[in-house]
Amino acid sequence: MSANPLAGLPPLGTERLADLEALLAGLDPASLTWVSGFAAGLAAERARAPGARSLPFEAPLPAAAPSAKATVLYASQTGNGRRVAERLGRSLEAAGLAASVTSTADYPAKSLPQERLVFIVASTHGDGDPPDDARAFVDFLAARRAPRLEALAYAVLALGDSSYPKFCATGRLIDERLAELGARRIGVRVDADVDVEAKAGTWIEQSVAGARAELASAAPAGEPPRLAVVTPLRPVAPALASRDAPVEVELVGNQRITARNAERDVRHVTLALPERQFEYEPGDAIGVVLENPTASVDRLLELTRLDPSEPVTAGGATHTLREWLTGRREIARISRPLLERLATRSGSAELKAQLAPERSAELRGLIKTLQVADLLKRYPAGWEAAALVEALHPLAARLYSVASSRREAGDEAHLTVAVVDYRHEGERRVGPASWQLATTQPGTRLKAFVEPNPRFRVPGDGTRDLIMIGPGTGVAPFRGFLQQRIADGARGRHWLVFGGRHRERDFLYQLEWQEALKRRKLARLEVAFSRDQAHKVYVQDRLREHGRELYSWLEDGAHLYVCGDAERMAPDVHAALIDVVATHGKRSPEDATAYLGELAQAKRYARDVY
Amino acid sequence: MSEPSPVERIKRESRGLRGTLAASVADPTTGALAEDDAQLLRLHGSYQQDDRDVREERRLQKLEPLWRYMVRLRLPGGVCSAEQWLAIDAIARRFANGSLRLTTRQTFQFHGIGKGDLKSTMAALNAALIDTIATCGDVNRNVIASSNAVESPAHAEVAEWARRLSAHLLPKTRAYHEIWLDGEKLEGPAEAEPVYGPTFLPRKFKTAIAVPPTNDVDVFAHDLGFIAIVEDGRLTGFNLTVGGGLGATHGDPKTFPRLADLAGFLPPEALLAVAEAVLTTQRDFGDRSNRKHARLKYTIADRGLPWFIAEVEKRAGLKLGPPRPFAFASNNDRFGWQAGFDGRWHRTLRIPAGRIADRFDQPWLSGLAAIARIHRGEFRVTANQNVTIAGVEEGARAAIDELISSHRLDAAERGGPLRRDALACVALPTCPLAMAEAERYLPQLLGRVETLLERHGLAGIPLSLRMTGCPNGCARPYLAEIGLIGKAPGRYNLHLGGDARGERLNVLYRENLDEGPLLEALDTLLGAYAAERGPQERFGDFLWRTQRIGERRAPAA
Ligand code: SRM
Ligand SMILES: Cc1cc2nc3c(=O)[nH]c(=O)nc-3n(C[C@H](O)[C@H](O)[C@H](O)COP(=O)(O)OP(=O)(O)OC[C@H]3O[C@@H](n4cnc5c(N)ncnc54)[C@H](O)[C@@H]3O)c2cc1C
Ligand SMILES: Cc1cc2nc3c(=O)[nH]c(=O)nc-3n(C[C@H](O)[C@H](O)[C@H](O)COP(=O)(O)O)c2cc1C
Ligand code: SF4
Repeated sequence: MSANPLAGLPPLGTERLADLEALLAGLDPASLTWVSGFAAGLAAERARAPGARSLPFEAPLPAAAPSAKATVLYASQTGNGRRVAERLGRSLEAAGLAASVTSTADYPAKSLPQERLVFIVASTHGDGDPPDDARAFVDFLAARRAPRLEALAYAVLALGDSSYPKFCATGRLIDERLAELGARRIGVRVDADVDVEAKAGTWIEQSVAGARAELASAAPAGEPPRLAVVTPLRPVAPALASRDAPVEVELVGNQRITARNAERDVRHVTLALPERQFEYEPGDAIGVVLENPTASVDRLLELTRLDPSEPVTAGGATHTLREWLTGRREIARISRPLLERLATRSGSAELKAQLAPERSAELRGLIKTLQVADLLKRYPAGWEAAALVEALHPLAARLYSVASSRREAGDEAHLTVAVVDYRHEGERRVGPASWQLATTQPGTRLKAFVEPNPRFRVPGDGTRDLIMIGPGTGVAPFRGFLQQRIADGARGRHWLVFGGRHRERDFLYQLEWQEALKRRKLARLEVAFSRDQAHKVYVQDRLREHGRELYSWLEDGAHLYVCGDAERMAPDVHAALIDVVATHGKRSPEDATAYLGELAQAKRYARDVY
Repeated sequence: MSEPSPVERIKRESRGLRGTLAASVADPTTGALAEDDAQLLRLHGSYQQDDRDVREERRLQKLEPLWRYMVRLRLPGGVCSAEQWLAIDAIARRFANGSLRLTTRQTFQFHGIGKGDLKSTMAALNAALIDTIATCGDVNRNVIASSNAVESPAHAEVAEWARRLSAHLLPKTRAYHEIWLDGEKLEGPAEAEPVYGPTFLPRKFKTAIAVPPTNDVDVFAHDLGFIAIVEDGRLTGFNLTVGGGLGATHGDPKTFPRLADLAGFLPPEALLAVAEAVLTTQRDFGDRSNRKHARLKYTIADRGLPWFIAEVEKRAGLKLGPPRPFAFASNNDRFGWQAGFDGRWHRTLRIPAGRIADRFDQPWLSGLAAIARIHRGEFRVTANQNVTIAGVEEGARAAIDELISSHRLDAAERGGPLRRDALACVALPTCPLAMAEAERYLPQLLGRVETLLERHGLAGIPLSLRMTGCPNGCARPYLAEIGLIGKAPGRYNLHLGGDARGERLNVLYRENLDEGPLLEALDTLLGAYAAERGPQERFGDFLWRTQRIGERRAPAA
């Protein structure tokens, strides 16, 4: 750090300082001069209108008026990217610039060459894979015969989780490929970690400024400034509960639905919803705002020997340390920044070594099995309250697929929650959200919101067949799907593929599926229970077994859905599907892959994996 | 003639008991069988059950009941070799719930077998030359025969008759081999059933052979019975008994326990023909519309004994002679070593409620397995849920005694007559028909009754107590001096006044008692008995004599 030319600057938090570095890194002299000018203007602007900090460009500047429009694209699985993209869109409009916000799924990549300015917010999923709504878009760019994009200016915000080996892989890929194709960066890519906010704000500001410059400079000289034709954004109904505005729901039931001798405690959680404000559809997820269990907070406090009542100020807010750790910071999940800070503080060579990129898989293992207190115990270091709070990520809401349809469940929403409850060195550890959902007394109120997932929906056409692959809690949305289709009187057939360990212990909603079979609402039920026989059997094995039928269903126009574990299940299932299409469709693996790609494009192959 | 019962259709359409069993067993989405197949399974010797202890819990968990299978072996005369014992022991550990259940009809039951292990179980049994064919369902069941008669040379003969009779009345269908033993699939129509016909019998049909003076099989409780007549050491023939049965339904006077009638005498060689005649008469005249009224006892009660005998004689082509004299001394087992007529020894072990398991201080399953490893004779399961180590050479006794005491296999025997002779049916958690506990509750209840006996200075008196979890009477409670018949959880009907020879039914004394009132009732009566009993007079006889159980006159025994 000390070698850093910026180190001596007035008190920028290390966080912001890092951002600034990132921002300036690799800028050519021209851009740097531009930035300095822009910064100066900005300073003047803020001096004039201090209240308007968050949206510095509301006050129309006499300077250049926009003449072309900015296109904001998002590649988003769980909505973070979509939200940032929409905010950017609003900011652009507020700045009097024309903008449209589109999902990469709905955007015709072919028209990229005609674009003038594109902002892309892209998250990464799976193991460094694009979100499903971006697969086609990424393929298009990656293709050898992808068009040149000399006319295009762009900036990328990559969303990711630094605890994964391939941090922000997708955003990175898009950013680099666009450059290769001749497009011009108007700002360095920003990689945002799980606390998206930390970087999204700056990126938006930077982008609006960039857009202003771009579009202005694009205005042919002499021509009188025209006002922008602003394409209206998809309105996000403010009445509805959203991540930024969760509403109170009542937990009215948390019934265990695995047998007493099951390895895993899975709960059927019933939430009673308020009158309005909480419209969900099968396929959506519900976000639950939780607090860390007191026991976990206490363990962390004891370990760090910090005073719970000590007031700590961060991001402009002041709370006691206990308040920070209970309701405002992640103390269960470990983030990479925390690891980096810990490495420095503890001076642990071992930890430093593990942070090396080539050992990231190993690190991921550590992250998946340790909670913050366990980590701090393993790598002792002195902590001040403020430093600790700063090192930890903001506490994120947890998402749960809706397991019901309002047509059936009325004013309830059902969730299927696998409780994270395990032992670490003989001591009990729990996942804050799942554990609380499993243990709170019925009658308790908690804050929740709907996380819409428009890509994961029953087809509008009730005559379409559905193939639903959902092992474990992945079956949750399909319970909602089936309820919905039955209520709609849909005539299409349903095929459910479920998997677990033991039929007698963790066959989630077994009675309901059996009932549906009896009533012919479920045409097929394939199950794979890995530990009921000598050799392990998984859902992908069943898909191969019944490949012929599966393929003929697809040929008949069936819609294919996959939900559940992203790390192993989703890729294995995808591979199995390729096999099935190749074998029974007499295709090469490449063509089979393309076939599935087309299904995804046609919104007939949707995944909701986590 | 009213509608045939649904079971009749299932049997008729089953293609020789095949139905869709194979497919049902293979269905991976459930631990159960298709409804009709579950019915058919019985005729293959197995019952679909669920663990009732977790039934409600699982319903709330949206999980199906914990489906399990009870498997009942066909063991004519209750005889099995030491090798077979070891095979059975292995199955209990590997596929069942780690226990063996000796039944009141001289065989073994496994409990808690998962659907996925049914085939393996049948295969393992088959490898040990044991099957389970027709041990349940509307057919002639496991044929039982006195096992405490090992002292008489006639016994070997009787046991042989039991085997032959069982084989003779076995269904001919190969479905069993096809489904469980991967025998080749039948093409075309099912095998003909010369004895049974396509719909088998209207109801279960039970056969027992008793060798006086022991009536351990409770011959009068069976549809068809033979009382061996042994004259100066030779088996000269049998007295025929017909129309016994104990099952009843609470509050349905049209159902009742009934003692078999003595129908006449026949020479040994006529046994198969007569048995078949009795069976086919019931096949043709039994009630196939109302299963509660379908046992042979009702056919005879409705049409009269003379009609029945005439029909049987016509079919068997012989005249029955007048019954020969016989005398039963007891329907219990004798414990400890008994000398056999051939100088070999027999040791009957007391197994409360027939449950053989490894309990921490009583490793009985292992103990008996250990004995089976050194024992060169055979084992005999008794109709009182006990087991006899039979045919032991003088020289081998010590080693067996050693194993008996090291595994505390003699623990229950020391309990005195009440504990030695008491019976309890299985009931909860496996029996779907149970209304109250039996097997699991018996030990506690016996403790309380013993306290009463001591209080009245009656400790150690012979007293027969039998309890069941419902009125079906599986532990033959209607023949006990004290019969407790489950009515609701914790509540029992108190029956009193049986003899200890299986020749007199007891009568309902009080209904729906829970433990308190039940013990009070017994306390009073035992008090009176202690004060007023005659020499050697048994509790059951005393109650009749002193008319403490109504005005009824005790039938001359
Ligand atoms: C295991 C055993 C009791 C025991 O503790 O030993 C038994 C257990 C059952 N009996 Fe029994 N019966 C057993 C001897 C008897 C006897 C005693 C006898 O035959 O000497 C009787 C009374 C005599 C008679 O048959 O009348 C008996 C009369 C019944 C009945 C009533 C029949 C009737 O005519 O009403 C049923 C219910 C039915 O058949 O509908 C029944 C049904 C059952 C079932 C299979 C319940 C069912 O139908 O689902 C029980 C299985 C419980 C379990 O979990 O194992 N069991 N059952 C006996 C097995 C004998 C064998 O090896 O075959
Ligand atoms: C779109 C979406 C839909 C989802 N739908 C569902 C759903 O329908 N049902 C459902 O149950 N979940 C669902 N999830 C996952 C859910 O959101 C939570 O991630 C999950 O419940 C865990 O949260 P938690 O707070 O209980 O525990 P976390 O805070 O995630 O876990 C705490 C920490 O414990 C450690 N840990 C966790 N498990 C173990 C273990 N077995 N061994 C050792 N260490 C461990 C890890 O370090 C982890 O960081 C979904 C997620 C997404 C993104
Ligand atoms: C199943 C799953 C896999 C993920 N894999 C990666 C990954 O490989 N690399 C990464 O940087 N982030 C990964 N992430 C983190 C997401 O990119 C991050 O949560 C992001 O904020 C999601 O943005 P979105 O809601 O727009 O999809 C993963 C998240 C999930 C749920
Ligand atoms: S008597 Fe009733 S409860 Fe007992 S085993 Fe027989 S059927 Fe079951």
